[in-house]
Parts: sequence; structure tokens; C-alpha cells
Amino acid sequence: MTLEVLSEIINAKRVSGSNDAGVEIYEAFASDLMSDVLTLDMHNPMLITGLSNLQTIRTAEMADINVIVLARGKKASPEMIELAQELNIFILETEFSVFKTSGILYQNAIKPLY
Amino acid sequence: MLNLEYTIEGGNFSDAGKASSDIKKTLKQLSIDYALIKRTVVAVYEAEVNVVAHARQGTLSVEINTRQIKIVVDDHGPGIEDIDKAMQAGYSTANARVREMGFGAGMGLPNIKKNTDELNISSQPGQGTRLEMIINLS
Repeated sequence: MTLEVLSEIINAKRVSGSNDAGVEIYEAFASDLMSDVLTLDMHNPMLITGLSNLQTIRTAEMADINVIVLARGKKASPEMIELAQELNIFILETEFSVFKTSGILYQNAIKPLY
Repeated sequence: MLNLEYTIEGGNFSDAGKASSDIKKTLKQLSIDYALIKRTVVAVYEAEVNVVAHARQGTLSVEINTRQIKIVVDDHGPGIEDIDKAMQAGYSTANARVREMGFGAGMGLPNIKKNTDELNISSQPGQGTRLEMIINLS
């Protein structure tokens, strides 16, 4: 799924990342626990989270995640956006909860990791 | 052979991960295998967050040669009373601030062990902790 389509179905606004040519989402993982995210062995899943701080971006960097969905109305701070831009990480913000975001994406064929 | 040195400031969550980020960039430049880079940076980042979360100050040094990546993290902090217990998944002494950052669930040390080929932990309660991690390149 392209970022454009994905953003549309979860009603999300993109606040970081500009050139999304070739970015396709196939799998996602939802967690507020960054240590849990760091245990993932898969390449390039999308992260759906309610945790919005600099360590969310750092964790994505280490775990090779390049798309983060901040759910439940969480906003990325200017520092988060700056770091995400530098690392070429896309941040999407949605008012939907983690559960609703995950449910919609699951229904639209985004696969879980486990 | 390449050596990298970093200082980590305890309690400074804004900078937590900066050393790991720099190490990742260096390993990429050295064209090290993707899976090995990921294992290394996940282990280093968990260790870096541990220093920020628990210690007053720490140093992180990396030695890369053709055979292995060796990382030593030395901190001045409370130390670990019972290392076996700290290695158990789910055991944590982290405070609320650490948990707000998405850590402190007692997964750090087990995750470091999972991602390294060798892990040695020594600690002096009340003084500090030293982690030696090795990732084999061949």
C-alpha cells in the first residue's frame, strides 16, 4: 500500500518526509513499548504507536523502521520532526486510536508481524 | 582497525541514541552486512538508554576490526545488585520517567544478549556497571 492511500484510509496527516516515491507498506507492528519494537527481526515494518517522543524516532532508526503512525491525536514535536527528516523517516498523525488504526489497516490487507 | 569513543550523560533523554546513531552511520560506511548492523545498533542503543536511564555518566567505546565489533560501555551509577535477576525478562528498576520514554520493561539486557555473540557484565553496586559486547563479523 502506498503512503498516500494509507494516509487516506486512516485519516492521517503527514508531518515528516517528503519524497515517498517507492515507499510501500506491507506489514505493521503496534506498540508503545520501544524495547518491544527493538526485538523485531523483520525488515522495514511500519510502527503504529501512541508514544510520541524523541526515543520513538531513535527506536525507529535503530529498528530500520521508516514509517511511524502516531495514533490517538498524538503530535510530533518540532525536535522529533527535525530528527525524522534528517533520518528520512515518515511520520503520520491520526486522531484514530491505535486499535482503530490497526483494525482498519488489517482490514485493508496490511499484515501483522506475528 | 577503527576506534570510536563517546560520552553519555545520565538523565539526558534528548541525546539518548546519538552515539548509537553515529555508530550506525559508521558501520554503514564500512559496508558491514545489514543484519549485523541491526544487531549491533539495537544492542548499543539498549545499552546507551540504560546509561541514560540509570547512571550519572558513562563512556561507550567501539573497536571494529576485520573479525569483530567490540563495544564496551562503562558507567558511573548505582550498579546492578543481582546480575542474574537483571538478565531476567521483565525485571526492571526503572523509574516512571524511563517508562514514559517507552523503556523500563525489563527487556533491555535480555535483548542485548540476544543480539550479541558475547556479553560480559560486571558491576560494583554503588559505583557502576561495565558491559562488554562482541559481535562476530565472520
